[in-house]
This record gives sequence, structure tokens and C-alpha cells, in this order.
Amino acid sequence: MGQVFVTTREGAEVAIPLSEGITLMEAIRDAGIDELLALCGGCCSCATCHVHVDPAFAGRVPPMSEDEDDLLESSDSRDATSRLSCQIPLGAHLDGMAVRIAGEH
Amino acid sequence: MQQYGVVIVGGGHGGAQAAIALRQQGYSGSIALVGRETCPPYERPPLSKEYLAREKDFDRLLIRKDELWHEKQIELILGEEVVAVDPSARSVTTANGRVLRYEHLIWSAGGAARRLTCTGAELAGVHSVRNRADVDRIMAERDAGARRVVVIGGGYIGLEAAAVLRKMDCDVIVLEALDRVLARVTGEYLSRFIENEHRAHNVDLRLDTRVDCLEGAHGKVTGVRLAGGEIVLCDIVIAGIGITPTVAPLAEAGAMISNGVEVDSSCRTSLPGIYAVGDCAAHHNAFATGALVRIESVQNAHDMAVTVARAICGTPTPYEAVPWFWSNQYDLKLQTVGLLHGYDDAVIRGNSSRRSFSVIYLRQGKVVALDCVNSVKDYVQGRHMVSGNHVFSPSELADESIPLKSLLIR
Repeated sequence: MGQVFVTTREGAEVAIPLSEGITLMEAIRDAGIDELLALCGGCCSCATCHVHVDPAFAGRVPPMSEDEDDLLESSDSRDATSRLSCQIPLGAHLDGMAVRIAGEH
Repeated sequence: MQQYGVVIVGGGHGGAQAAIALRQQGYSGSIALVGRETCPPYERPPLSKEYLAREKDFDRLLIRKDELWHEKQIELILGEEVVAVDPSARSVTTANGRVLRYEHLIWSAGGAARRLTCTGAELAGVHSVRNRADVDRIMAERDAGARRVVVIGGGYIGLEAAAVLRKMDCDVIVLEALDRVLARVTGEYLSRFIENEHRAHNVDLRLDTRVDCLEGAHGKVTGVRLAGGEIVLCDIVIAGIGITPTVAPLAEAGAMISNGVEVDSSCRTSLPGIYAVGDCAAHHNAFATGALVRIESVQNAHDMAVTVARAICGTPTPYEAVPWFWSNQYDLKLQTVGLLHGYDDAVIRGNSSRRSFSVIYLRQGKVVALDCVNSVKDYVQGRHMVSGNHVFSPSELADESIPLKSLLIR
């Protein structure tokens, strides 16, 4: 099993297991990182699982849907690296990816 | 007798989030969370959606993995129901006779699915969709060959379940006693649109239809007798007729109760040291012009839980979060922001025939809520409208060529 490196809002870097078959949002939640709220449970209906993805992995994560794009617009901290972590299914191709939890709205 | 800093009653979204938020805010006292179900806290919205559809395993619904509660020193007391509260002794008692003393009590017991009261309501094959066990029973019967489903009640839970069961090729009849579905929660335009969608998916949707009784054989439901005498045959009945807030022990303890247990802006009940959050908590909501309301949503449970955690940790902030809600049926993504309280106008933006539109609800020209169907952009931009004090022109709101956010800037 690989790893994903998560930087929290306070700046701590946490290595979490890369579990296949779940999304990045679920992996962060299951690692006990509570600041990622993910209130809608991963159905792309809110924007509370916003992360910034290491640009080196931009080509390996699935393309962004229009809904995700629109939801991210609600965040002041949105930039070119923004993604909703519930929209990123984990797999071996993402081993070593670094992500940073986005600031609150 | 065990003594805790905080005892949380109820293992739903509100209870789980209260425990997590207390630890996030540095609360160092002991925390016990008492839940009626035997499993750790899980997300409830998927019960009528992905879990019923078997698109997600139960493990993926867990709000936190089992061991994380332990790590955060949150003691889960599962399979126990609190039946009495003694505010002077600061203790609660469970049905098994266990007594827990508290410094602060957070009541997040939610509600119980309202049961049918007609003859036959006790038959096997009659279900609610409120907890995991309900859905597991429905799925077990479906696996055993049940195909004909009657849903009683055209609210969100019933309609979401109807959509999933249609996708699984069940024959579905929805019976609604009123003249439109979702009458309690939305306006007529959206009700009619949703009705048409279900009919287009071959749901036999009947309005103004009352149930006389349930028919059964060998203890199992076989049909629903309608008020007019007609009997519709079925293998499964799902009653989606709302919830009753679980507040009886608080009422007996003397808490102020109306539609739920009344709380102030910090979610305090009228009893010392006792807070309430979520589905069971009646509060004055600024988005309903201060009216006393009870809101059944993840957002409300979550944000009230955070409010209580702040109050207990000595940094109280009033509960004034923007209400939001979602529902998924077929390929429809419905998102609501604000509260449909006392609106005097409804503007349709977009086109229901394209299955992407929003209904914008106004009170004296100010936006109080939006229902957005496959229209995430409007939902996101409309959020800012419901918290503001702008007066908008209905014709501009209706004009899809004008982004909502550009109306806000002016």
C-alpha cells in the first residue's frame, strides 16, 4: 500500500495510507484529520472537502466535472490546484501525491 | 455510576460532530457518547440513496472509524437508550439501568420515524428508512424476491427511496395524502417537476390518496387498501411520513418543549447544563425571520454541534449558519439554500424541460431561499443572496443570461 502526504491547515504533514477503492476524502477522514468536514459525504453537493493537489499529479487525477468546478467557486481560497477530495478515487497511480487542506471559506 | 465531563445522547451527525468539535477546540474532559444503535456513528443521508442502492458499503458511511473514537478519548456507549434525565443530580439513566453523571449534557437524540397507525401497521414487510437496520431489512426482502413496493408519503425520504427502487427494477407506487409531493418543504413548481420526473420513470404516483389500512396474510403485508376501497397489491411498504423528535426524557425533566426541545442561540435548553442540537432542537432561526423552527438536515446538526462545543469551551458564538440541504433522485441533483419561510414570490430561472433550473423565493424582494435542480452555479452564487439584505428585480433573477453573482455586485 502506498501513501499520500497531507498538509493540514496548521502546516503539519501527515502520511496517510493510500487505500484503493475509496476516495481521497474518505482516506483523509479515516486518518482522523478532522478539519476536512466533507459534510455531504462525498456526493459533490458541498465544497467542504476542498484540497490543493500537488501540480505534479494534476495529470493523474480525473478531470474536474462542471459541478465540482462550480462548487469550488464558493471558496475564497480556490486556485489552479483546487479540487474536491471526494472526487478523487485513490489508486496506485497516486502513490506519493501531496495535498494540502484548503483554508476555510 | 460513571462521571463524565460531557455526556452526548444520540449517535447521529449532531452527536458525533459535537464530540469531534469538542476535541478540536481543546476540550480535555471526559466525553461519553450514548447511541441506541450498536454501530458507531454513520452518515444517514445515504440510507435512502447510495446505501439502499448498494453503491456504498456500510463501512464507507462511518463518520469515523471505530479506533479513531478511542484515539480521541471519546467513549462510545452503544446499544443503549437514555430514558431519564435528572437535571438536579446532573445524571441520565439508560433503559438498562446504567447511570451516567455529567457536567454538560448534549441532547442529540434526533427523532423516531413516525409509524403508520392504521390496521396492519405491525405486519412484516412494513418499513421506515431511518437507520441502517431498516434499510438492511428492506434489502433482505428485495433479495428474497420482493418487487412490488408501496411508498406511503411523498417527502424526500420516500421519493429518494422510490427513485433507487425503480432503478433496481421494482414496481413502485407512491401514495401522497396531500395534493402535491414535498408540500411541507418546497413550493409548487418544484413539486410538480419532481412528480413528473417520477412518473417519467414509471412510478405510479398518486396524489390526494389516503390509506385506509394494510392488508396481510400470515403476518406479512400483501397490499394497501386505499380510502376509496381499492387495494394495491405489494410485497413491501415503506412509510416515509416524517419523524417525531425524541425529547420525552427532557420533557419529563421539565425542559421547555414545543415542536421539539426549545434552545437559545447557543443551543442551551431551559434546563441547566443541558444543550440540544439537530433534528430535535427547536430554535429561532434568522433565515426564518426569527421564527421557532426545527430543521432536519446534516448542515443543521453539524453547525449546532459546533455551536455547543464553542459554548462549552467558553467561546460562545450564536448559531446563525446559512441553512442548506441536498437530495438526489435519478440523475437530479437538488440543492436548497436558505429556508422557504414566509415567501411571497417565486421566480423560475432556467427551464424545467432542460432539467436544469432554479426556483428563487423572495420575501418583499429579498431572496430567502433557492431550490436549484442540476444548477450548481445558481446554488453557489445564490448562497450569498440569502444572507444579504439586497432587493432584487424578479425579471433579472429570472434571466439566465445574467449570472446571479453579477446581480450581487451591484
